[in-house]
Amino acid sequence: MKRWQFVKRLAPLMALLVLVLSACGREDMSALNPQGPVAQEQLNLMKISITMMSLVVIVVFAICIFVLIKFRRRKGDNTIPKQVEGSHKLEVIWTVIPIIILVILAVPTLKSVFNLSKDYSKDPEALQVIVTAHQYWWEFEYPELGITTAQELVVPTDRVISIQAATADVLHSFWIPSLAGKIDTNPSGNVNKMYFSAPKAGVYLGKCAELCGTSHGLMDFKVKAVEPSSFERWGVAMTGAVELPTDPDVASAFESKCLTCHAIGQDGSESIYPNLTGIGSRESVGGILINVEEGEKEYKHEDTLYNNLYNWIKDPEAYKPGNKMTNAYTLTDEEAKGIAEYLSNLTLDFE
Amino acid sequence: MDWLTTVDHKKIGILYLIAGGFFFLVGGLEAILIRIQLMFPQKEVVTAQFYNELITMHGTTMIFLAAMPIIFALMNAIIPLQLGARDVAFPFLNALGFWTFFFGGLLLNVSFIAGSVPDAGWTMYAPLSGTQFTQHHGTDYYVIGLQIAGIGTLIGGINFLATIINMRAPGMTFMRMPMFTWASFITSALILFAFPALTVGLAALMFDRLFSGNFFNPQTGGNVVLWEHIFWIFGHPEVYILILPAFGIISEVISTFSRKRLFGYSSMVFATILIGFLGFMVWAHHMFTTGLGPVANALFSVATMLIAVPTGIKIFNWLFTMWGGSIRFTVANLYAIGFVPTFVMGGVTGVMLSAAPADYQYHDSYFVVAHFHYVIVGGLIMGIFAGLHYWWPKMFGRMLSEKLGKVTFWIFYIGFHLTFFVQHFLGLLGMQRRVWQYLDGMGFNNMNFISTIGALMMGVGTILFLINIVITLRKPKDCSNDPWEDGRTLEWTIASPAPEYNFAQTPLVRGYDAWWHEKMEGNTAMTPVEPIGPIHMPNASILPFVMGIGLFITGFGFMYSGEWGTLGFITVGHAVGIVGLLITFGCMGLRSLIDDHGFHIEEDEILKDQGVKS
Ligand code: HEM
Ligand SMILES: [Cu+2]
Repeated sequence: MKRWQFVKRLAPLMALLVLVLSACGREDMSALNPQGPVAQEQLNLMKISITMMSLVVIVVFAICIFVLIKFRRRKGDNTIPKQVEGSHKLEVIWTVIPIIILVILAVPTLKSVFNLSKDYSKDPEALQVIVTAHQYWWEFEYPELGITTAQELVVPTDRVISIQAATADVLHSFWIPSLAGKIDTNPSGNVNKMYFSAPKAGVYLGKCAELCGTSHGLMDFKVKAVEPSSFERWGVAMTGAVELPTDPDVASAFESKCLTCHAIGQDGSESIYPNLTGIGSRESVGGILINVEEGEKEYKHEDTLYNNLYNWIKDPEAYKPGNKMTNAYTLTDEEAKGIAEYLSNLTLDFE
Repeated sequence: MDWLTTVDHKKIGILYLIAGGFFFLVGGLEAILIRIQLMFPQKEVVTAQFYNELITMHGTTMIFLAAMPIIFALMNAIIPLQLGARDVAFPFLNALGFWTFFFGGLLLNVSFIAGSVPDAGWTMYAPLSGTQFTQHHGTDYYVIGLQIAGIGTLIGGINFLATIINMRAPGMTFMRMPMFTWASFITSALILFAFPALTVGLAALMFDRLFSGNFFNPQTGGNVVLWEHIFWIFGHPEVYILILPAFGIISEVISTFSRKRLFGYSSMVFATILIGFLGFMVWAHHMFTTGLGPVANALFSVATMLIAVPTGIKIFNWLFTMWGGSIRFTVANLYAIGFVPTFVMGGVTGVMLSAAPADYQYHDSYFVVAHFHYVIVGGLIMGIFAGLHYWWPKMFGRMLSEKLGKVTFWIFYIGFHLTFFVQHFLGLLGMQRRVWQYLDGMGFNNMNFISTIGALMMGVGTILFLINIVITLRKPKDCSNDPWEDGRTLEWTIASPAPEYNFAQTPLVRGYDAWWHEKMEGNTAMTPVEPIGPIHMPNASILPFVMGIGLFITGFGFMYSGEWGTLGFITVGHAVGIVGLLITFGCMGLRSLIDDHGFHIEEDEILKDQGVKS
């Protein structure tokens, strides 16, 4: 019966470990701090496995330490220990116990595998989003709304989001740690599906998790979960007309040097590079230059919206090496300033 | 010169050790550069491009050019001795295997000088590795270098299989074979099945790149998931190819220094075979997020968990080998004991990874980096260090310094855990792997800093180990046959280092742990099965070395056929490539045309050796 006491004493320790593990890391980015049901289910599975596995580790460590202390060779000891061949009983025990542990782990794993592969792509209740990964940015298409946007996936808090993901170039992987796991984006017709929901309004960090070239680590995006009514207004605002810059020099530079690749206004779906509509309302420029208010700059990659835009336009290579915007145009300083100014005012009023 | 022509398995073992050790330093230097780049957020110590080259070359070098060759070094040096054999089955091929590995590895690293280094990760996923997205020669160096090095590995594997099947001393049944030899046997079988898959994959990728094939190019109907499957059908067994010999070493070291027979020998053999088999069945657990569908994910999930069972058997058998024993803390044993809990930690995270839905979170994050370094550094490298300290006297006739060794162990061990333990958490908190920079303010800074400090400590440990080797080289060669005094297997019955012919007289094996068996019966030597007489030995040959050079030239020529232009109507690159092939095939021709009967070591010489030693 002594053995059970041992387990009893360990149980609270395990519980503590699990507690410490959850609620850990940034709320908008940690797999240990889930903000939606899918990530929650994944964390539950992690907790089961961590508990089981910590037990195993503790038992092995305990035996190990005991053995090392008890059976170390003392000075001058020249006795020859008994040469045991093995023990069927013991060997059966440590075959059967792992099997039991694995069954306990396998059952919820299997349940979860099938649960998380549910297909919502035909479900009219769900919000359909087509994700296309590019070196090194993300394109989000809402087929039902006729909108294509980039870098920021705006979603309503009250619906399941059904993702269909693919890539336009190399392999990438679509990952939002605090909301759901990841799914690879494959080329050529092989569309991968996943779903998640974000019941709490907020901004969540998303990442590319598959090596895709030099700026792989900088291929971030944001998921912005908003109230359903805001979401509706966002959809309307995104399809509205957008004015070109009032200064004719800036306008012509913008048209001839930027709009060759980018789009603005209703034809978002036609641009091969990120749609800039509403860029002034996004959390970041290029996914990594975080927009903050004047005076709140704390880190190297944070700055005001205007500064971020200006810096990015001047030298994208300095922020995302190998990106496809580098060297695609030449701008005078005046033009760059004008365009940054113009873009920073390109906001959408929806929240 | 002697070293370029040798066909002696012990010398080839040492060659493997030197070359593997050299590449280990190169890979380690790359690792340290990677870690220095990540020491602080948003730093640019190395450029993004160079960073990707570093991770790619670090992974490739460590797996193919450091870990495997050092394992091969020990296998070459020790297996024939444990079997009571005078040589390996094919000494000439053995040398050829070494030289192709060496020149393949050299070719890979020439890429640094040539300025176009592989940069798509050691997994070389298409289409990033294809011509469209890697326009420089990086991937070419990878496919051709590994292709050449892979020949060496395959040859080595076949050689060990033949040696172990055919050259056991009388009485050494399979179930009396030492664990290290058993593990190497299964490893060799895995090599036999896994490496052809790699060869096929590399050849296909080479065709894509050099001759515009379309196996993996999605734009022309190729399939990138196909590459993932081929790569991992090779790649997963590969990790077992690496770890099984380490298991074998740990079994030998723990049992020797516990002065006890290995607990549950037959279940150990069975577990090794089972792990080898399951190793082939679970490759798709690297692809849970590829979109294979729930049925495939479920199957591979459960299959992967099953591996924990035979592995668990091994762990407990090691613990119970020590139980009731008389444990001596030599440096070799410190590494072996350190291995057990470390490997368990790597193993349990493996089980965690096998739960597919949770893997959607772990995959390609630092959690995975932590997991696989726990198994390969904490498992394999610790196993290698244990094996090197344990067999050093047998290979070189001198003992490594125990005092310095202990200091080295602790620095390396603590450095290792500092480096990789925190990485589990980095991954769970959202840090992807293979990132050149991470942003400030994410909560990653401290853990990355700790990790880098740990890596530097491991670097210091490695340097101390080198110093130990240098110091040891200057000591006299005065080891006895059985320097640990508790030796159990046949290698401890002959001189250290072993004479050229290994066993003056082939021993008769009368039980498991043959030498221990004799010692316990009060004998001071094995019973020989033959009188002392002349021993037949193979002749040395320069051909393997030249064949390696030939392949090196070939690879180089074909790779640059596009750039070097033409001379009249022939492409210079192709001409160079063909010359290289002619050299290699010419050597093959010579080898088959010239009769080489080898030579004999005469009786009096053997008697003289024996007289000096006893
Ligand atoms: C000596 C101490 C070592 C350190 C400090 C170290 C560190 C690292 C780091 C920081 C990475 C890059 C992770 C990333 O950015 O995703 C990495 C990747 C890797 N390491 Fe190590 N490592 C060490 C030893 C080894 C050894 C001994 C092996 C194998 C035998 C190994 C195999 C790998 C592999 C296969 C990769 C993945 C490369 C890729 O992503 O293509 N490492 N290591
Ligand atoms: Cu990426």
